Amino acid sequence: MRRSRTVALTALAAAAVLVVTGCTSSTKSTGSSSTSADSSGGGADAATKQIVNVSDKKGGTVTYEMKGTPDSLDPGNTYYAYIYNFSRLYARPLTTFNPAAGADGNKLVPDLAESMGKVSPDGLIWTYKLRAGLKYDDGTPITSKDVKYAVERSNFAPEVNSNGPTYFHDLLVDNPTPYQGPYKDKTGDLKSIETPDDTTIVFHLQHPFADFDYLVSAPQTAPVPQAKDTGADYVKHIASSGTYKFETYEDGKQAVLVPNTNWDKSTDPIRKQLPDKIVLKMNIDQATIDKDLLAGNAQADLVGGGVDPQTQAQILRDSKLKAKTDNAYGGRLVYMAINSKVAPFDNIECRKAVQFALDKVAVQTALGGPIRGQVASTVLPPDIPGHQDFNLYETKDNKGDQAKAKDSLKACGKDGGFSTVLSARTERATEVAAATAIQAQLKNIGINVEIQQFPQGKYLTDSAGAPQYTQDHNIGLMMMQWGADWPTGYGFLQQIVDGRAIKASGNSNLAQLNDPAVNKMLDDAAISPDQAAREKIYGDIDKKVMESAVYVPLTDFKVFLYRPDSATNVASTSAFSGEYDYLNIGTTK
Amino acid sequence: MFAYIIRRILAAVALLVVVSAVTFAIFFLLPRIAGETTDQLAAQYIGKNPSPEAIQVVKQNLGFDQPLYTQYWNFLKALFTGAEYKFGPEPATCHVPCFGYSFKNHLEVWPEMTSRIPVTISLAIGAAVLWLVSGVTTGVISALKPRSIFDRLSMGIALAGVSLPVFFTGALLLTVFSYEWPILDNLEYVDFTADPLMWARNLILPWISLAFLYSALYARLTRAGMLETMSEDYIRTARAKGLVERKVVVKHGLRSALTPIVTIFGMDLGLLLGGALITEQVFSLKGIGQFAVQAISDNDLPKILGVTLLAAFFIVACNLVVDLLYALVDPRVRLS
Repeated sequence: MRRSRTVALTALAAAAVLVVTGCTSSTKSTGSSSTSADSSGGGADAATKQIVNVSDKKGGTVTYEMKGTPDSLDPGNTYYAYIYNFSRLYARPLTTFNPAAGADGNKLVPDLAESMGKVSPDGLIWTYKLRAGLKYDDGTPITSKDVKYAVERSNFAPEVNSNGPTYFHDLLVDNPTPYQGPYKDKTGDLKSIETPDDTTIVFHLQHPFADFDYLVSAPQTAPVPQAKDTGADYVKHIASSGTYKFETYEDGKQAVLVPNTNWDKSTDPIRKQLPDKIVLKMNIDQATIDKDLLAGNAQADLVGGGVDPQTQAQILRDSKLKAKTDNAYGGRLVYMAINSKVAPFDNIECRKAVQFALDKVAVQTALGGPIRGQVASTVLPPDIPGHQDFNLYETKDNKGDQAKAKDSLKACGKDGGFSTVLSARTERATEVAAATAIQAQLKNIGINVEIQQFPQGKYLTDSAGAPQYTQDHNIGLMMMQWGADWPTGYGFLQQIVDGRAIKASGNSNLAQLNDPAVNKMLDDAAISPDQAAREKIYGDIDKKVMESAVYVPLTDFKVFLYRPDSATNVASTSAFSGEYDYLNIGTTK
Repeated sequence: MFAYIIRRILAAVALLVVVSAVTFAIFFLLPRIAGETTDQLAAQYIGKNPSPEAIQVVKQNLGFDQPLYTQYWNFLKALFTGAEYKFGPEPATCHVPCFGYSFKNHLEVWPEMTSRIPVTISLAIGAAVLWLVSGVTTGVISALKPRSIFDRLSMGIALAGVSLPVFFTGALLLTVFSYEWPILDNLEYVDFTADPLMWARNLILPWISLAFLYSALYARLTRAGMLETMSEDYIRTARAKGLVERKVVVKHGLRSALTPIVTIFGMDLGLLLGGALITEQVFSLKGIGQFAVQAISDNDLPKILGVTLLAAFFIVACNLVVDLLYALVDPRVRLS
């Protein structure tokens, strides 16, 4: 799962120690598919439907502020959605997402490549041709070897670049002697990436993978010249291939970007180069970020998780302020997993009892109300292509049906009820609040729930994500949130429903669902060249998973963003979890 | 006097060694006693989602397979000789004084901290001047005119100051003076040497927030001390021998009442220099406190270890200064 902003302040020792908590945000947006643009401000949710405050005005300084710090600004060493988004200003991947609002933002377009990948008939070889005339900020030409090197350093050197995912490592054919990465193996290379000439790059896959064009949209394919790669220090001197280059970078404090004079508009149909300067301020208090947005001192909150609850209340009281907000889907499902390996949840009827028992409106309230998420009934969120509306466990007004729940319990042979454990992450106050609401609701049908809280840093490694631990400790129910690494059904579903993805630690398939039919459908989708057919399969997988009742969808997470008047070309995009698309934001100031 | 100073400095150094040993034990020994494996311990040095390869690198570089005393010795040695860590295209050097190396973002801890020290010192010293002047002055006047309107009013305000946390007063000041009436907007730390006026302008709100909290305490302490002192026989004697009231109050009364103030001031200043966590968070100041909060948030153990040692150093150093000041403030302190 591509990480959205996760800030957790954990207590640690030494004489005096303090702790604070964190929250997360991730994202994704909804909205109609209009490609229209608006230059007048738009009204509430306008930027989920169209680009707002369209302008080609050059000059000024665009300021981004963020709470905390990113994992890294190095395009080969990051896993945060907002850095995937932001890094495109200085690092062009082979493909990227169309800078547009809502679902239009999900559309892939060629970026460094001149067209989408050409796949061989067997689905195992993907070839990309780079655009002509590409240059780094120092004027040296960008070659396909630099793209190859970028993939090697980001996927095969986890001892240095450990933050990002390793999909390429897992998908590409390895050398006969496993490749050790460019730092340990300074003369070798990964043979399954070929660069027959300076503008062609060829990837050889272990098995067909229809979403490969999405995979190469990751910043890991943004070119890195090997001669300039200083490993962990590369973040201090990133070679720019985008519209902007780094003027200064101070870790944990600030980064200043200025126009890359060697960027050539003729090689780049999607970017504009509007502001004279882009400033990224880190470690800013969230309340200050919100105030700066309202005052127009900053153009965007980089993390894109939305304003804090206090600011949200202030905005909702003022219709003028509310007209400048976007309440977009965040590409994330808030759900409760039911552990199919812990009795009595190994019986589907007991799982169904839980499905019917829950008052999802009450849970939604605990999670922050409708503005922070719509009641969900499917695993796939509405902003992921392939989503279908259905509800297999419908109850009146989503408020639960105790009679149906008790019938299911009876069918399960547990009409007297039973006891189980519900896990949640300590630092996530709303998650714990939702767990508490669920505990009260299940009590009504005789299921006694004990809530156990775990630190979020170890939630997937040591507790909920460690199947043996859950079995040993009777953890039958687990609170969780999930977002996609890329906006397709495969990107969203594979890690949480594929039985072959179950791991002894770091497991994301919390329900431990291992249905051969579901696994096969995933495989079918992965090799299907037809996008519509793939999306149909993803919808079918969703239904199949819901039939097994192992996941209880609670809400489809939403972000609540404020859009300052001073920001131009603002569009909340589904591709980046509802964040504003940072590619072309300018300023009127 | 010289011997006294040397003695106090040696004691401070010894204390720092003890602090470093205790800190080291907390970070390296306690987790092992609690049953953590070296892999789990190494994982904490990397931050979130450590890969097995990265864990291996940390284990090797920090020598987790060596006896604990060897690790402590290497830790102390690195402070004076630096260290070198092997991974990536070139070995990474942790220069003297090596307070640690963050394996999460591959940065030396010491330069990261020192780049933030000016911010924290600016915040702490400015606030300290404010709260000392306002707190002591208010305390003295209140003590000289007990139960007057000034006394009641100032002590009431002092009570409010003690009661209101910085995250409230700070946020309130920011809202009023930076956003509602933006006379102090766009507050960003500016180095004193670059622009002293902007330096002061941009720090005045954090200073006031902190000083409001502390001056209340100091006013009440000073008032209590002065009330007690001013009723002493030697004050009556001083007045009887015809000394002017100002001299009686300042030279005989205040000087005596200052001793506990100096003690607590040393502690407070030391703690603040170690990081005004909340104030720096509220005002988004990139100081030591924010560094500590971010390190804890990132679970970046080398940074937490480094900042703990630095905070301990500040507290020990400030107490050393207080010890030396005692000699000046209170002649009864034995110097030999």
